[in-house]
Amino acid sequence: MTQETMKTTNFMLVGVGGQGTILASNLLAELGVQLGYDVKKAEVHGMSQRGGSVVSHLRLGRQVFAPIVSKGQVDILLAFEQLEAARYIDYLRPGGLLLINDFVMKPASVTNGKQTYPERDKMEAIFAAATDNHHWVQGAKIADQIGNPKVANVVLLGALCRLMDMHTADYEAVIEQRLPAKLLQINLKAFRTGHQAT
Amino acid sequence: MKRILSGNEAVARGAWEAGCNVGSGYPGTPSTEILETYAKYPHVYAEWAPNEKVAVDVATGAAYAGRRAFATMKHVGLNVAMDSFYVGANTGAEAGLVVVSADDPSMHSSQNEQDNRRLAMFARVPCLDPADSQEAKDYTIAAFEISEQFDTIAMLRMTTRVCHTSGLVEVAEERQSLNEPGKYVRNIPKYCMAPAFARARHPIIEQRVSLMKTFAEETILNRVELRSSDLGIITGGVAYQYAREVFPDASIFKLGLVYPLPEKKIKAFAAQMKKVIIMEELDPVIEEQVRLMGVELFRGEEIEHNGGKAIFPICYEFNQSLVRQSAIEAGLLPKDEQVAQPEPLNDVQLIPQRHSVLCPGCPHRTTAYVLSKLKVPVNGDIGCYALGMADPMNSVHTVGCMGASIATAHGAMVAGDTERHVAIIGDSTFFHTGIPALIDVVYNQSNVITIIMDNRTTGMTGHQENPGTGFTLQGKETYRIDLEQLVRELGIKHVKTVPALKVKEIEKILKEYLEIDEPSVLITEEPCALLPERKKAYLPLQVTDKCNGCTACFRIGCPAITQSGQMDPKYNRPLAEIDPQQCTGCEICAQVCPRDAILFRDQVLSQSGKA
Repeated sequence: MTQETMKTTNFMLVGVGGQGTILASNLLAELGVQLGYDVKKAEVHGMSQRGGSVVSHLRLGRQVFAPIVSKGQVDILLAFEQLEAARYIDYLRPGGLLLINDFVMKPASVTNGKQTYPERDKMEAIFAAATDNHHWVQGAKIADQIGNPKVANVVLLGALCRLMDMHTADYEAVIEQRLPAKLLQINLKAFRTGHQAT
Repeated sequence: MKRILSGNEAVARGAWEAGCNVGSGYPGTPSTEILETYAKYPHVYAEWAPNEKVAVDVATGAAYAGRRAFATMKHVGLNVAMDSFYVGANTGAEAGLVVVSADDPSMHSSQNEQDNRRLAMFARVPCLDPADSQEAKDYTIAAFEISEQFDTIAMLRMTTRVCHTSGLVEVAEERQSLNEPGKYVRNIPKYCMAPAFARARHPIIEQRVSLMKTFAEETILNRVELRSSDLGIITGGVAYQYAREVFPDASIFKLGLVYPLPEKKIKAFAAQMKKVIIMEELDPVIEEQVRLMGVELFRGEEIEHNGGKAIFPICYEFNQSLVRQSAIEAGLLPKDEQVAQPEPLNDVQLIPQRHSVLCPGCPHRTTAYVLSKLKVPVNGDIGCYALGMADPMNSVHTVGCMGASIATAHGAMVAGDTERHVAIIGDSTFFHTGIPALIDVVYNQSNVITIIMDNRTTGMTGHQENPGTGFTLQGKETYRIDLEQLVRELGIKHVKTVPALKVKEIEKILKEYLEIDEPSVLITEEPCALLPERKKAYLPLQVTDKCNGCTACFRIGCPAITQSGQMDPKYNRPLAEIDPQQCTGCEICAQVCPRDAILFRDQVLSQSGKA
């Protein structure tokens, strides 16, 4: 993604309520604005406060019209939870970039025993069938190690920055602007660790 | 300068820039953030009203007093406010008066998919329908101006995708400075809608519609984008965006004012085009108006069951694939325009659903669980507690609209239903429209048991203050209505308040009430688990080796309790396991465990003290 290629780039960020999906998409949207793109970011603030699927559509380009992305159109899918990655995999275009946080959060349909959470190799097969450009990121583990499980979202942004071969300074500037002072250092650390680990 | 704003933030910004002084509303997705954002601007008054009708009356009152004012709500809120909305349409006001209706195509968080452009037509008021955040701001300002120009309430009609999409908006740093209003108006024929005066108003309103039609021909809210003459698309609202994506070469008549329409301009546009189609989400509001003008629309292949729409579906919101697919089916695009879609997963059933459920620690869970044990019919209401309808409790049996629970239960009792009905309603919903229904129960003496589930906030829409929280929207401390006292004053003799997380107490009281053949009220009280004060007290509980996999704790439907991989050696059943990331330590599971195999908070604390 450079300013020369102004074709619209479609991002989708998916996760579970409480994982910071919306914050991550806000940071990416702000990054897009600072890089000179037109930006549209759409999400549904639904009923569930915690535990429901959260989806954010983000489109960057010269002039962006539709707020949401259709199936098969997503260039970059950022998933903060494995099952959500699988749920939205058909939005990814063939060969699109997929980042998956190596993290499981069982939904109520699993905890009450009605359905089973797919095995890891099943997940791997689903992702491999969709794209050869998929990457597991140890977002949850890294966030735990640096002392705050909530910053896994920013770990993934670090990994994304590396995989898209973008400047870390642009991301870090946005993180500095958008996050409150007391959370800044841990988020910068999360970003850098995610960048290095990828 | 440009800022990235959601549609809702842009409406708030527009209201502020327009010099609007007063905002009143009731929270409802997707409208809630409009008033929350507006409330933070300097020199404005913003309030949560107990319901949308009151909100429209407040805005109307402020506009009668010569100050620009607006009321915000979700689409179904306008049903509640309809009487007052119609008054504003009849009387007009002394300053700009705007109602924001946020519709919810696809029903992301609503009980129906009504298209409120119809309600603007019904009341004969101008309807502005923005397509993005920039327009949301611009049209808000325009709505105040149109309201004043035509002496009518004006509707700004938003939809979920406009409300909750963020985009770049050019903002002004200064507000419009408006003239100070004079002395309060005394104009009885205009503002007292007694039949004789109302009769005189009706022709004025019809005349106003024809003046607005002339305005529609001239306003920049409606614009023609001429490209190829092979296809002309008449569109409004967010559908415009899909028109641009899917038909980049088509000419477009972009309507910002979707009622009333500019007939001359539409006819002139249509005359230049080989084919004309209408593209709008939900109802054929533009389509019917354009057909009535005698404009011939392209129909293509006959599409059945489409509610009078020639090409695009009447149900659900649009997306690019859907628009493209509909266009192909109608013969507007060649088949090879089909986007290559990925193969659907063979194993979709392998992806477990993640339905909305009561959050871990939710104080409503106890009541939902006890009701499932008592097996009584439960009439529910709009709020998080409606999720008691989900597995495994399945203990809420009707959910209609705000405030419906109590009177629906009363209706069953007076009809002679043989089972005793329980109504459940949240604190904010009770203030909204529950109180008159409880008065009906008292007045007409049915034996409905009402449970008011007081979680000290308006939960589902994301924690708004209400008349029971002690604070206003703008953070001022205020009188806190005492629910128990209020209910007693209404004439309910049997009233008890219990901590919402106490399983046995709730069960005991409900069993007592079931023995008394009189109306009774139980108030369950505990702050929402997501409020900051509760979050500070999270403490994950632990399952001990006393667990034998009996499954009792799974019946409370808590996402934090899962079946572990370990089996009980005797019964070969999976043992319970608590996810420390999700558990808040509410102790409902510990209370229902028959073997005391789940540690209570003090036990967890004393164990960790030993360690």
